[in-house]
Amino acid sequence: MFEAIAFYIFSILTIIMFYITISTKQPLYALTSLGAGMILISGFFFMLGADFLGVVQIIVYTGAIMALYAFGMMFFNTTKEIQEPRHDSGAVVTLSTVAAILVIMIFVGPIIGDKMVSLYPPLQGATNTQSIGMVLFTKYLVPFELAAIMLLVAMVAGIVLAGKKMDRSLTLMTEEEIAMEQEAKNKVLV
Amino acid sequence: MGIDYIIATIIKIVIVMLVFSALAGFGTYFERKILAFMQRRLGPMSVGPYGILQIMADGIKLFTKEDIIPTSAVDKIFKIAPIITASTAFMAAATIPFWPDFTIFGYRVQPIITDSSVGLLYVIGVMAIGLFGVLLGGMASSNKYSLISAARSSAVFLSYEVITGLALLAPIMLVGSLSLVNFNAYQVGGISNWLVWKQPMAFILFWIAAFAETGRTPFHLIANDHEIIDGFGTEYSGMRWGLFFIGEYANMFFISFVIVLVFMGGFGDGSVLSALAFLGKVAFFFFFFLWTRAAWPDVRPDQLMWLCWKVLMPLAVINIVITGFVVMF
Repeated sequence: MFEAIAFYIFSILTIIMFYITISTKQPLYALTSLGAGMILISGFFFMLGADFLGVVQIIVYTGAIMALYAFGMMFFNTTKEIQEPRHDSGAVVTLSTVAAILVIMIFVGPIIGDKMVSLYPPLQGATNTQSIGMVLFTKYLVPFELAAIMLLVAMVAGIVLAGKKMDRSLTLMTEEEIAMEQEAKNKVLV
Repeated sequence: MGIDYIIATIIKIVIVMLVFSALAGFGTYFERKILAFMQRRLGPMSVGPYGILQIMADGIKLFTKEDIIPTSAVDKIFKIAPIITASTAFMAAATIPFWPDFTIFGYRVQPIITDSSVGLLYVIGVMAIGLFGVLLGGMASSNKYSLISAARSSAVFLSYEVITGLALLAPIMLVGSLSLVNFNAYQVGGISNWLVWKQPMAFILFWIAAFAETGRTPFHLIANDHEIIDGFGTEYSGMRWGLFFIGEYANMFFISFVIVLVFMGGFGDGSVLSALAFLGKVAFFFFFFLWTRAAWPDVRPDQLMWLCWKVLMPLAVINIVITGFVVMF
């Protein structure tokens, strides 16, 4: 019974939060409600006994991705409301079609779910983290390693794009070196 | 899952909330006293014997002060932000064991709200969410000092989360579990079994990162009084500002618990003596936060980032690689 109560509370709150995200004109409301929605989703993972995924949902989506969004929003005046100029009817049609298909799938889902057989049933006695590790390093080893390489490439690209004067550090420079650099700059200005 | 489990959990939550809210108040008193003694002052002396009732006076002041909300601020977010900081700090306590199991009135009590299999990860993850309180508070205030503080806070928290995670990975590899109770069980049997001897590098890295995670001196850039006033707290007054404070102090207590549980043997075999030693160790780490504040100046933001990415992170990665080899062979 408690599970049902928790499920309905979490689902109603999640839907409200994401509705605020898409309907509000105030960027800070959107940011906050998106973050809250992401945390509320982790509640479903906890209810299903997938503790590890629930925590990862909190850390990755709210702790990392949302924080990066927020960091990007430092460049805007977030206290002002934003008027969106576009009213694209095509997008509305597409989105409502997708939403309708999703609703059908949600209702059909349990029928298909009953017939599904797990090819890799979770090991008896293994904790959540251990079973994820086993699946990740046996069946999904190649996608896992590919994702790791992609992340590495993205990281190197990010450093190359963002890093100018990487070898120069004010912390490591002596006072004379800083003074000399300052002088050189002043000469150019004169 | 019966009704008694629900009631027991609610009682535990209420006790943790009350105890640590009160401790946050005492924390401010201890901080002022310790700083005063280290600087050859007396600290609060007027209210009550040795100024012990200063906490009451501060509480009355915070609760009765006018709650000012600036006209140009985004008022709803401005109001929510301190609650985020305080509530995430307390939520993080859900998987921390505060005392070994004991029996009272015939009931076996586990003084942990839930012994999840991912306890450590949960504590670190939820504590990191506390960033949003500072961030949103700073962005909603429409004050340039608050905004600078918000930008700094997200930079510091995002960077030092990496250090926290990588530093904890090595002990996790040795213990083979994420539950803090299992961490404690791994170190049962005296001082020589503590993880700090096997993982001294991880211990120091995590300890340094703890200062950044709680926003304490020497990494107190998010509310650096002499350059950005009180940072994200500039526009706050009364109890809303007090909630930020409670969150900060609760975080300091909880991170001290985590350090002791992971590296310093926790509550050991569960006897009363070792449990008292557990609290003593936690108190020492809390004291160390205050000691550092009295002894060290703040670092510059660029030094902070340099330290994180060019010193601590490579060390943490090397530590993990070495631990991996040791575990394998």
